[in-house]
Amino acid sequence: NYIFNLKWDTFMHPLNYIFRRISCVSELAQKVQLKEGSISDYLFHLTVIHHVCVHLILGGQSHKRRRTSEPVEIEDRLESLICRVGEKSTSSLESNLEGLAGVLEADLPNYKNKILRILCAVARLLPEKLTVYTTLVGLLNARNYNFGGEFVEAMIRQLKETLKANLYTEALYLVRFLCDLVNCHVIAAPSMVAMFENFVSVTQEEDVPQVRSDWFVYAVLSSLPWVGKELDEKKDVEMDRLLNQIDGYLKRRLKTHVPMLQVWTAEKPHPQEEYLDCLYAQIQKLKKDRWQERHILRPYIAFDSVLCEALQHNLPPFTPPAHMPDCQYPMPRVIFRMFDYTDAPEGPVMPGSHSVERFVIEDNLHNIIKSHWKERKSCAAQLLSYPGKNKIPLNYHIVEVIFGELFQLPCPPHIDVMYTTLLIELCKLQPGSLPQVLAQATEMMYVRLDTMNTICIDRLLNWFSHHLSNFQFRWSWDDWVDCLALDADKPKPKFVKEVLEKCMRLSYHQRIVDIVPPTFSGLIPADPIFFYKYQDEANSALPGYAVAIAVGNAIKNRASNEEILTVLKDVPNPNQEDDDDEGEGFNPLKIEVFLQTLLHLAAKSFSHSFSALAKFHEILKALTDCDEGKLHILRVVYEVWKNHPQMVSVLVDKLIRTQIVDCAAVANWLFSPSMAHEFTRFYVWEILHSTIRKMNKHVQKIQKELEEAKDKLERQQHKKVGSRRNSEDEDGQLEEQIERLQEKVESAQSEQKNLFLVIFQRFIMMLTEHLVRCETGSVDFSTPWYKNCIERLQQIFLMHHVTIQQYMGTLENLLFTAELDHHILAVYQQFCALQL
Amino acid sequence: MSIKLNALFSDSYVDVSQYRDQHFKGNRYEQEKLLKQANTLYVGNLSFYTTEEQVYELFSKSGDVKRIIIGLDKVKKTACGFCFVEYYTRTDAENAMRFVNGTRLDDRIIRTDWDAGFKEGRQYGRGKSGGQVRDEYRQDYDPARGGYGKDSIGWQVIGIVAFKGNF
Repeated sequence: NYIFNLKWDTFMHPLNYIFRRISCVSELAQKVQLKEGSISDYLFHLTVIHHVCVHLILGGQSHKRRRTSEPVEIEDRLESLICRVGEKSTSSLESNLEGLAGVLEADLPNYKNKILRILCAVARLLPEKLTVYTTLVGLLNARNYNFGGEFVEAMIRQLKETLKANLYTEALYLVRFLCDLVNCHVIAAPSMVAMFENFVSVTQEEDVPQVRSDWFVYAVLSSLPWVGKELDEKKDVEMDRLLNQIDGYLKRRLKTHVPMLQVWTAEKPHPQEEYLDCLYAQIQKLKKDRWQERHILRPYIAFDSVLCEALQHNLPPFTPPAHMPDCQYPMPRVIFRMFDYTDAPEGPVMPGSHSVERFVIEDNLHNIIKSHWKERKSCAAQLLSYPGKNKIPLNYHIVEVIFGELFQLPCPPHIDVMYTTLLIELCKLQPGSLPQVLAQATEMMYVRLDTMNTICIDRLLNWFSHHLSNFQFRWSWDDWVDCLALDADKPKPKFVKEVLEKCMRLSYHQRIVDIVPPTFSGLIPADPIFFYKYQDEANSALPGYAVAIAVGNAIKNRASNEEILTVLKDVPNPNQEDDDDEGEGFNPLKIEVFLQTLLHLAAKSFSHSFSALAKFHEILKALTDCDEGKLHILRVVYEVWKNHPQMVSVLVDKLIRTQIVDCAAVANWLFSPSMAHEFTRFYVWEILHSTIRKMNKHVQKIQKELEEAKDKLERQQHKKVGSRRNSEDEDGQLEEQIERLQEKVESAQSEQKNLFLVIFQRFIMMLTEHLVRCETGSVDFSTPWYKNCIERLQQIFLMHHVTIQQYMGTLENLLFTAELDHHILAVYQQFCALQL
Repeated sequence: MSIKLNALFSDSYVDVSQYRDQHFKGNRYEQEKLLKQANTLYVGNLSFYTTEEQVYELFSKSGDVKRIIIGLDKVKKTACGFCFVEYYTRTDAENAMRFVNGTRLDDRIIRTDWDAGFKEGRQYGRGKSGGQVRDEYRQDYDPARGGYGKDSIGWQVIGIVAFKGNF
């Protein structure tokens, strides 16, 4: 009655209204408890009121959300309430937190474990709202000391579990959360320092991967923006010692991996720093500034009077779990920087690259993307409503963070296309400002193409062409007229050419002709037409011409495979002696005549071509039974469709999937002399990486089948125990199947290993040849071709690092030996350094 | 350490829409099940001139495309503005729902939706004139979709709003 008789103020956020009222009632209940009824009665009534009101509120709001169902239990509502605190609200954050703390305190007797679990989860999964939740925990601890203690214990347990489960990013957030609890008077500073000391002592461990000690040092350094001030005030001597130890570690640690991870190789305008070095520089600057940090939102400051009355807990001594062989520590990173304060023309100044603000902002923006990447509209909205956005050039930070992720090596954290659509959503929400920043960024990256890693150029041109296709391909191409004066193999004209080709794939040839200025006609992609060798009578002198016509007619008349093969028998074999037998061996001319004609008839669309390959699968298999046959079929596909790289890609894909050619054949073909002139074309690498991926997926598929069969056998055998004996046939059959699958797995893995060996061998041969030639000719080896080639080699390692790990031994013994030219060996060593 | 906070990390772009194929052979339960496991997407609002190649290029951005079936006018056997895209894995199809749906292809905002699976015959428009139903009564002029709707005049005369379109 108390609640419902109150006037419903439409300007107040209903939820908060209830929070306030409930905390009043809670106080009321506490005052009254001595007179009427027990406190548990009042708490019960309180919970009922809470239950009803929350149901009303969330019921009223459910139409706004596209959730699948309303929370039906009070536990779900608790989860919802806790998750939503800190979101946009008409009331202040402080009053929302106060209200929620009251509600949760009231619910503790009945729902303590649930509340503990939810709070641990938000600590682990919502780092962008860290200080909101630490404040909440602080308030709860002030009201209920035991709960605070239990929460800290639960967090420590969770930290141990996440470390054991190789969830290092989440563990990082937990450590940071614990640190901020020092600021909220939940944890005593000295015990936090003790934990840090244990972390840093990992740097003294011997025979452990560097990435292990890296993580522990990073955990300490990355928490200092939040808690550095407090710890320095309480334990400055220990903190100084800690930082000295870290300093020593950073000086002696190896940085072999850095060149492989840099987006740009140039030091100017912004050096691409190793992540630990950058963070350490930021912390050193923070220390110099006496740990004054002003960017982080700290709601607990408003509650200082309440919180400083609270009793603190000591963290139990925490020993970092020992290193195990199956531990997978995070890989090192290089910090992506493309903007500085000179780039944002007006408005707030961008914090410097070594300011701790920069670190915190970037960290938060990365976390927002991590939480919301699946929902691009929410993600964009969350990014743009970053708290404190008025003090920073937020659009620049967002664009830098997004490109940083897109260009991250080895791989972006999320699928590439997500970043394209996220940027489009951001442009929609900020049409007056963000497109300009994006254009500025694009221009900058174009200017710096010469030193950009080839892998990143790939991603850039994929992004740019896809982005343009959403905006009618509008771009100020004239701004890039300088690229026309350069050699075609230089990065800038190459980039523009590949962009236009990608744009054509999303539209059509004439469209591209129309969108670029006439001066750019040299960079326009070729019209994607078919080249038929036996096109007209002018070619009637070509060997096989007559058969080509006959085959064409046979196909059109729906002749059977036998009939067609009979027609093909008439094709002479240029490889053969006249007195040889019937010509069962490899006959390149036969392949040419048949395939050229078939693909010509099917040239209309992808579907037509796929149908053709499927229909004449038998013939194609017969013609390409040997390795040379497979190579030749690929050559013919290229010959007819060389102006339509997309068609070449999809046909090669189909040929592999229908097992007409194998993966190694594709690799050999791409590296063959006949394709040398295409070697730096983007589509060649699309094909190669797609081929490797197909191989990897094939192996994984059979491995999965094997695992499933093994599981089935185990389950079957368990069932047997106790029940009557089934025939041994069933078991026997399954065991046979497992044996067959085992063989299949081994054979697939052998094929996979062979594929990588072929690829690496080819790279080594090509690069060595080039280096030797340049040395003997006293010419600089560092040509655009060389840069492209060596970075493509890096790309193989980076994009398939998980698979390649299995074959490191073979690679080191057979290929990447000490005799290799050190330029090539360096790539291998940098790759190894990523995991050490 | 098991709470996932599902309420917070929603994935609504991947949800099934309200549309249900009225010609589906099977009961509603079966249809729901297939939609939830589907690797196939229906793609609508294409231009009649959009090619299979363009669809391949765009939809390959979320994963390897298994096949594309361009929707055809039942009478003319020409493209009539929709298609099916089938992926090898559900994950790839989900990423298309998240990141390709609602973006532009051939300058038009396209729409994707889960499909229970291609069956022969489903590549044809179900409108009276041979194209899609939505083009029968469409009143606006859309040059990329044959101009005015087939029966837009009749529509104006009758003024009924009850049809199930693919839009």
